[in-house]
Amino acid sequence: MGSSNSSVNNIPNAQELMQETGFSAAHILRLHERFEFLDKHKCGQLRPQDFGAVQELALNPIGDSIISAFFSPGQETVDFASFVRILAHFRPTDRNQSRDGAQQEPANSSIRKLKFAFQMYDQDRDGKISRAELLQVLRAMLGIQVTEEQLQSIAERAIQEADLDRDDAISFDEFRKSLEKVDIDHKMSIRFLR
Amino acid sequence: FYLLLIFCGVFFRCLGISIMVWFTLLFVFIIVPAVLGVSLGIRRLYIVTLLKVFEWATSRMEMGAKEKNQQLYKPYSSGIIAKEPPSSWQQEIQDLRGSASCLRSEPEFEMADIFYFCRRGVESIMDDEVTKCFSAQELESWNLLTRSNYNFRHISLRLTVLWGLGVLIRYGVLLPLRVTLAVTGISLLLVLTTLVGLLPNRELKFFLSEKVHLMCYRICVRALTAIITYHNRENKPKNGGICVANHTTPIDVIILANDGCYSMVGQVHGGLMGMIQRAMVRSSPHIWFERSEVKDRHLVAKRLGDHVADKTKQPILIFPEGTCINNTSVMMFKKGSFEIGCTVYPVAIKYDPRFGDAFWNSSKFGMVNYLLRMMSSWAIVCSVWYLPPMNREEGEDAVQFANRVKAAIAAQGGLVDLIWDGGLKRAKVKDAFKEEQQKLYSKVLVGRRESEIKHFQAWRTM
Repeated sequence: MGSSNSSVNNIPNAQELMQETGFSAAHILRLHERFEFLDKHKCGQLRPQDFGAVQELALNPIGDSIISAFFSPGQETVDFASFVRILAHFRPTDRNQSRDGAQQEPANSSIRKLKFAFQMYDQDRDGKISRAELLQVLRAMLGIQVTEEQLQSIAERAIQEADLDRDDAISFDEFRKSLEKVDIDHKMSIRFLR
Repeated sequence: FYLLLIFCGVFFRCLGISIMVWFTLLFVFIIVPAVLGVSLGIRRLYIVTLLKVFEWATSRMEMGAKEKNQQLYKPYSSGIIAKEPPSSWQQEIQDLRGSASCLRSEPEFEMADIFYFCRRGVESIMDDEVTKCFSAQELESWNLLTRSNYNFRHISLRLTVLWGLGVLIRYGVLLPLRVTLAVTGISLLLVLTTLVGLLPNRELKFFLSEKVHLMCYRICVRALTAIITYHNRENKPKNGGICVANHTTPIDVIILANDGCYSMVGQVHGGLMGMIQRAMVRSSPHIWFERSEVKDRHLVAKRLGDHVADKTKQPILIFPEGTCINNTSVMMFKKGSFEIGCTVYPVAIKYDPRFGDAFWNSSKFGMVNYLLRMMSSWAIVCSVWYLPPMNREEGEDAVQFANRVKAAIAAQGGLVDLIWDGGLKRAKVKDAFKEEQQKLYSKVLVGRRESEIKHFQAWRTM
């Protein structure tokens, strides 16, 4: 902290980011501070190791998947703008949002939130959650607490329920259908203070 | 030309007189009471006045912000986001289930479970408990130090003037005063402890060294304008025990040593610190380790154990967190000092952040920079609570004992009791923690595993 000049105008492209993501100036400021805090080497970009330094994230079973969601395929660093864009997925949905056809899907819409969650399962980003990928996620979440058979049966059950076209993998549409009744907006939103 | 000479003469005379006046005042009002252990109450008056000024300053800022219709960027210690407490963990997962499939009665894995983990993960990216502990605490009101303020804009002329005055006083008057005192204190410490160390008579040596140490620490305390309130002094640590306290800053040592004599434990340093360490050891038994010896845990434990066994030696002072935390919480205690098996005297130290933030952020500031900041703050106000002594109970291992002591210290100081390891500032999370998380989640699923397997097998055979 300290007496650094904390104005939104010092952050590059702040206005565009605010427009795009819907964050307020105060939020962008706080997120920028957080970004700078995580950026231990002060190079203006974050690397996977910088995320790894957050202990609570290291405990999270899908911690690695979350980290890789920030990095586009082939990219090794993420700048502040991309950082904020990904975090924008978790803004609470705006109830009275009016969209005309020309406007892009806002970052915090239900579909985008679902896509983010889908990415957690679909590690290789081929658009389908294969049985192996599902098993991997389950293993991360349960560790040594369950046996291999139990794990297999859980995965089997999940695929049976969601896989409608019987191709032994769950596509994004099937994923979406199986979660129709879940209140995604509420579960995948982080409430910002003020 | 003559005028210039006369001017210089007058100037130097004034300087000479003012320095003399300065030193006399210093001597009478600060050093003599320090030597005798008496307090004149000047410092308390000082902080009462300061508080009034701060209140005025904050209200001015708020008024100013309202006038301009801007919102005051108020930093809050609770962070950017509203977080759910982890105890509602299982409740959350049940909620997820409830909304997704109201038909099923048994809990089993749902694809939607991932939402919970996603959210928790991203929350921790935005803001997490542990990293908050390693940055300075944020204040609600402004204490006329730009270093702790985000709103410092030109709000009103009066406020800026006040701030300017504050800077002048702090750097022009207080800082030189404190530096003088600090230099006096340290040199006295060096000289007197060496002298006392030369004495042959053991009894006299102990007696005098106690007096010398206390006196020098008192001067150092005044050098920082530290106003300390000691509570429950009947629980003060006794010989043959270990005193443990939460660690916020290296100044903790001065604060505690001001009230009693302890044996310090630490690494041997070079330079000025090394000189001080060697001088201190001559008159009373401190435990300084060479860098290589620090790694050897048995050696460390043995030396501590030997010291404690000797009842004539002073209690040892140890900070089990191992690193500086920002005084809002207490982190994991290292079990080394709790394995020795002697009485532990817990002490809680809580700093009042309104007058100056005592936390040493070692990644941000070096030692000298930190000391300068300390000496140019208004004051360091803190409370010290001596807690009743604790012993390891039957069937309790060192880790449980350490946690018990930690909880007592956190409760007394009004600090948050965290399970995390302060060493994590630099290292990786232990796998044990990860397993805990996995256990929790599996309980939600596997708790009713039996019924699910039967259900599934029955389904399979159909």
